[in-house]
Amino acid sequence: MADVVVEQGRVVRPTGARKRTGLRNAMGRKSTVAFFLTLPLILLITLLVLYPAVYSIHLASLNKSMQKFVGFGNFTFLFNRDTFWMVVKQSCIFAITAVFFKALLGFIVAHFVHNIPAKGQRKWRGMLLVPWVIPPAMSTLAWLWLFDPSYSAFNYTLSFFGIGPINWLGDTLWARFSVILVNVWYGAPFFMIMYLAALKSVPDQLYEAAAIDGANWWQKIWFITLPMMRNIIAITTLFSLIVTFANFDIVRILTSGGPLDRTHIFATWAFKVGIEGSDIPLGASVSLFMVPILAVAAIFILRDVSKRGNEA
Amino acid sequence: MADVALRKVVKRYDDVEAVRGIDLDIADHEFIVLVGPSGCGKSTTLRMIAGLEDISDGDIMIGGDVVNDVPPKDRDIAMVFQNYALYPHMTVAENMSFGLRLKHYPKAEIKARVTEAARLLDITDLIDRKPKQLSGGQRQRVAMGRAIVRNPKVFLFDEPLSNLDAKLRVQMRIEIKKVHQKVRTTTVYVTHDQVEAMTLADRVVVMNKGRIEQIGTPNELYHKPATRFVAGFIGSPAMNFIPCRLEDVGGTLQIRLTDRIAFALPPARAARYNALPRTDKLLLGLRPEHLTESHAHLEPGVESFDTVLDVTEPMGMETLVYFGLDGTPVCGRVNPNAGAKDGAPMRLAMDLNNMHLLNEATGVVL
Repeated sequence: MADVVVEQGRVVRPTGARKRTGLRNAMGRKSTVAFFLTLPLILLITLLVLYPAVYSIHLASLNKSMQKFVGFGNFTFLFNRDTFWMVVKQSCIFAITAVFFKALLGFIVAHFVHNIPAKGQRKWRGMLLVPWVIPPAMSTLAWLWLFDPSYSAFNYTLSFFGIGPINWLGDTLWARFSVILVNVWYGAPFFMIMYLAALKSVPDQLYEAAAIDGANWWQKIWFITLPMMRNIIAITTLFSLIVTFANFDIVRILTSGGPLDRTHIFATWAFKVGIEGSDIPLGASVSLFMVPILAVAAIFILRDVSKRGNEA
Repeated sequence: MADVALRKVVKRYDDVEAVRGIDLDIADHEFIVLVGPSGCGKSTTLRMIAGLEDISDGDIMIGGDVVNDVPPKDRDIAMVFQNYALYPHMTVAENMSFGLRLKHYPKAEIKARVTEAARLLDITDLIDRKPKQLSGGQRQRVAMGRAIVRNPKVFLFDEPLSNLDAKLRVQMRIEIKKVHQKVRTTTVYVTHDQVEAMTLADRVVVMNKGRIEQIGTPNELYHKPATRFVAGFIGSPAMNFIPCRLEDVGGTLQIRLTDRIAFALPPARAARYNALPRTDKLLLGLRPEHLTESHAHLEPGVESFDTVLDVTEPMGMETLVYFGLDGTPVCGRVNPNAGAKDGAPMRLAMDLNNMHLLNEATGVVL
């Protein structure tokens, strides 16, 4: 649209226009118009993304009282602390395990929902999305009660089978299991809805052709469904990996990083050292560590997406 | 390769009967075309043979075995779909070999079969491409290649040419015929295009409203249609149906079309129709090629009459002329040099040796 307007503008302009100022010419150039049209977005990104990013880099280079420039001092300090490396490890375990199970569960549930006749599907879709639409700060509180070692529904139910009581949030292994479980519960619906959309976009005739070619249900999933969904799977996984890596609320509410920092992930630990420990520059340094890790993941995951494009 | 038989096959969707009891025997090596207007149940019938639709009633047999409850993968059939249904993430070779790979054929044999099929279909150069990089006609060939490499008992084609442009359709029609001449696999082919049906089939099955109207060779259907539906469906331009009645005038049987036009029937026809009641409402069925320009020496049984043309359509090798007989639109085919002009009077000849007489109420050819 913009092209046409500009082109027409030129035609209408009298021949004398050539002699006008450089500014006028610059205004008439396509690239200039394009720049001005995208300016609001550029400003928005600068304000909301670029400024905080640069500011946090700036913060990370100051000392605890934020009076002195220390360069990479905060980072070298972090590298020499065991807790930091533990947080790196825990964040990776947390994010990768949670995303894997979210994806697996989402894929299985999406298949079930896809096979429900269209009439009843809406209802199920709506219900299955509930965990995702409740603010996790609230729903995690409910989970906190469920995990209570003395009075919770979980331990009460398990007691009938002679199991427990399990110290869900007090034992390192169970605490890690619990935060991952809640994260999976919260995030799986997102995968479900994305995969459901992807499933619906696979033409039925491909399955019919595969059925005639001799594929059983598993071979249809392996050779048709998964390859057809590869792009969606890659993008959804990346998106979820970023969000899960940066997760704060679930861990904060359930364990606050305990027991003994064994469930801390980047965001909660950054909060602990930055806000609770009143060392904002160190907190900023911790949170900045997510960037290179996620960047590497993004490169790996998105490597093929643009190349493959939409093969259909 | 195998014969296929359908016995009283019925398909019901809730309370709608899409296919209403079909009996059909397809011989080994035969090329059968199911043809009919959309919604006549032809595709459903094909999908039932493929096993993609359950059968509500009746039996389907492939090679003598009842396959009603056999899943598609165990029926040893191959199908070519209207939109090809090629796997977009696989190359041409992978698409073609998919069925063989699932059945764990040795690699060397897969390669040999794919190479042979590609050579047969002239797609050897495309073997490493993805479907996205192919044109419609090439995709169609790949879809056929996928069917051929499996060497199945039966080929099923579901309107395979309807996504192609007219020129390519003619070309691919010939290709399909050539392939069948070489491969000789029993083939069931569904189309709504009667030209495709006529040109490809050993036998054509004309379907209408879930039933078989007539089964026959293309020539049988064209020259001896059993019903008005078949007579009108096969042939382009379609057969004319002119209201008429039979009269006895001075000992000869004659057919009256309008108040002013009536002809004595040729002896063979007169003998055939003599027993018919004279009051019945009848239709004269006449193909446009049996309505031509008149000339001095008409053969016996060819009668001439005068009319005024409404519209003419010069087609090059012939000119189609349209006129009315008591309000019934009629089409004739005349020589382009016969001088037919829009709105002009013309003397035409009707070849009653090739006429059909139909019962107007039942649509049955008498």
